[in-house]
Amino acid sequence: MMFAGLSRNDKLLFAGFTIAALAMPLLAWPVGANYPDLLQKFAIYGIFAIGFNILFGLTGYLSFGHAAFLGVGSYAAVWMFKGVTMNVIPAVIFGVLVSGMFAALIGFISLRRSGIYFSILTLAFAQMSYNLAYSVLTPITNGETGLQLSQDDARVLDRMFTEQTAGLPSTNLFGLEMSGYPGFYFCCVLLIIAFFIALRIQRSPFGMMLRAIKTNQVRMNYTGFNTRPYALTAFIISGMYAGLAGSLLAVTDPLAGAERMQWTASGEVVLMTILGGAGTLIGPILGAGLIKYFENIFSSYNDGLLAESFSFLPDFLNDTLVFVIGPFVGEGWSLLLGIVFMAIVIFLPGGLMEGLARIHGWYRRRGQGDTGRNVAKQAAE
Amino acid sequence: MDVILLQLLNGLDKGGAYALIALGLTIIFGTLGVVNFAHGALFMLGAFCAVSVQALLTISKKVKDESIKFFDAYKEIPYLEAWWGDTGAMIIDYAVPISILIAIPLMLLIGLGMERGLIRYFYKRPHAEQILVTFGLAIVVQELIKAQFGANPIPTPAPEVIAGSANVGLWVGLGESVVYPWWRLIYLAFAGVVIASAFAFLNLTTYGMVVRAGMADRETVGLLGINIQRRFTIVFGMAAVIAGLAGVMYTPILPPDYHMGMDFLVLSFVVVVVGGMGSLGGAVLAGFVLGILQSFASMNEVKSILPGIDQIIIYLIAVVILLVRPRGLLGRKGVMES
Repeated sequence: MMFAGLSRNDKLLFAGFTIAALAMPLLAWPVGANYPDLLQKFAIYGIFAIGFNILFGLTGYLSFGHAAFLGVGSYAAVWMFKGVTMNVIPAVIFGVLVSGMFAALIGFISLRRSGIYFSILTLAFAQMSYNLAYSVLTPITNGETGLQLSQDDARVLDRMFTEQTAGLPSTNLFGLEMSGYPGFYFCCVLLIIAFFIALRIQRSPFGMMLRAIKTNQVRMNYTGFNTRPYALTAFIISGMYAGLAGSLLAVTDPLAGAERMQWTASGEVVLMTILGGAGTLIGPILGAGLIKYFENIFSSYNDGLLAESFSFLPDFLNDTLVFVIGPFVGEGWSLLLGIVFMAIVIFLPGGLMEGLARIHGWYRRRGQGDTGRNVAKQAAE
Repeated sequence: MDVILLQLLNGLDKGGAYALIALGLTIIFGTLGVVNFAHGALFMLGAFCAVSVQALLTISKKVKDESIKFFDAYKEIPYLEAWWGDTGAMIIDYAVPISILIAIPLMLLIGLGMERGLIRYFYKRPHAEQILVTFGLAIVVQELIKAQFGANPIPTPAPEVIAGSANVGLWVGLGESVVYPWWRLIYLAFAGVVIASAFAFLNLTTYGMVVRAGMADRETVGLLGINIQRRFTIVFGMAAVIAGLAGVMYTPILPPDYHMGMDFLVLSFVVVVVGGMGSLGGAVLAGFVLGILQSFASMNEVKSILPGIDQIIIYLIAVVILLVRPRGLLGRKGVMES
């Protein structure tokens, strides 16, 4: 039932993805990324990027304010922790719902325009939310400090069953603490579900409609389709994905700050999606993982560490390498990211997935070329 | 009355910066059809021209401080001062005005290089990709500046002569209560002059006429045997110069740091949209209007009625304009309306 209508390839893709996601600690081990905090980030930003891709990659609307939904999801989840219970299920549901409603409101207005106007409208809304979260909405968002748990939160449900303990409680799933690997696997299961839903959307008539909107909206209108409800649905789904990611950020670390909504954060998810390959299923997750991984690795490096890791080289080579690479690590990691991103947009607009497809195609053609030549050779003999 | 005048001046000042950046943005969009997200970076580069000139002028040598007798004390004296005494000190004092002279050719070169080296490959590609590649460029420029100059704002004061404030209130007969920094008044006048010369260039010279013709119908102008592409490239350079000059002149008002470009870019884009994509007059008008509205919204009287309005007013206006009149205040009918 769940898999009805999916082709064999899609089932294989999903099975492969599930296995890869569950085995992520093992897969990340050779590159030294197998600690839960980072793995959680992979899963969470993977979800964020999948959702963004539904709007940008599939429907063709470039939103520059998607982080607003991430922030709203975080705030909603933390409020649930503060007000009701430390169990993560209600928090996640609440976060997704609130950001879904927020997305419905913003999408309804923004989608009246397309192209660059849409980008600027979403940017304007995100900046508004960010500015308000910092200033007037302080009672809800706790302003610059960020929304945090505190001793005297109500936590109505928890109080009914357990005594208040000293120290801040931690997030849990029916008693299982959501930190470390359990936290990662919670995010991971949601990532798999999110991926599955995205797969179903992409293969459904609805997904076909979204792709048609991307290809030629005018023609769609002429053939009598009202495209706006479809685009709005895509926008809301995408906002809910962002809200899910935001509430998972709160699950792994119950804290929400306005800087999550800033437009640089919106820019980051654009980078992830483009880097991996907009419009593909795996690409955005790949991009999110790569960016978070390299951010983590590179930003912790400095010249000293660099010199150490090249210490097997002769001195002058070591010095040159440190001199050349030094500006790109540590503080300069964003510089490297910017350059790579530009290179991708210029040379490989389809992202890494297009690169892989090109290499694949090149191999296949070469293989065919060989057989063709062999046939010709045989015929000549 | 005093407060209103003061806020009006504040608004005009801010509006001047918005208008200058937005003017460049909309010129680029009108001629080349490119959405330039790196325009804020050009503004910032202009500001850092002033910083570099100041740093160059104050290259110092260590000399023994004779006034301290108890131990060997050293102080740094700029070479200029050591060589030319008071004249040298004056040159250093005038670092910001001097950097205008240096910024013009430099920004022109940067603009031309940017257009020839990157932007021209993106004419035929979708707007989304133009936004993305210039966004990437903005990040790169910003990070390079950060690597070179650090993350902290660098103060670049205005010349000593005009460091004080003008008694604006007396001029308009409001008494002595309204004083306003000289430099900000100069900035306002400067913005007016730059905007006026850009308009004069486009509207009163033959060269500008051809550029405007190219904006209206590029193909026909090309068929008449005019190399319109080259003119557009030069216009791109001019837009870079305008953004750069706005940056140079803004440094005494706001000590430049590496993310000032991005901060102004987002607002300037909103300004362009409100004014009308590709409309030069619209960009200038919207720049000043939004600047003034923003400074009025930050008055306490207004804030007490509508809390938080000062934070969002510009975006709010943009949203309303886009929904009610998508071509913008002075936008031509049919230009980028969808």
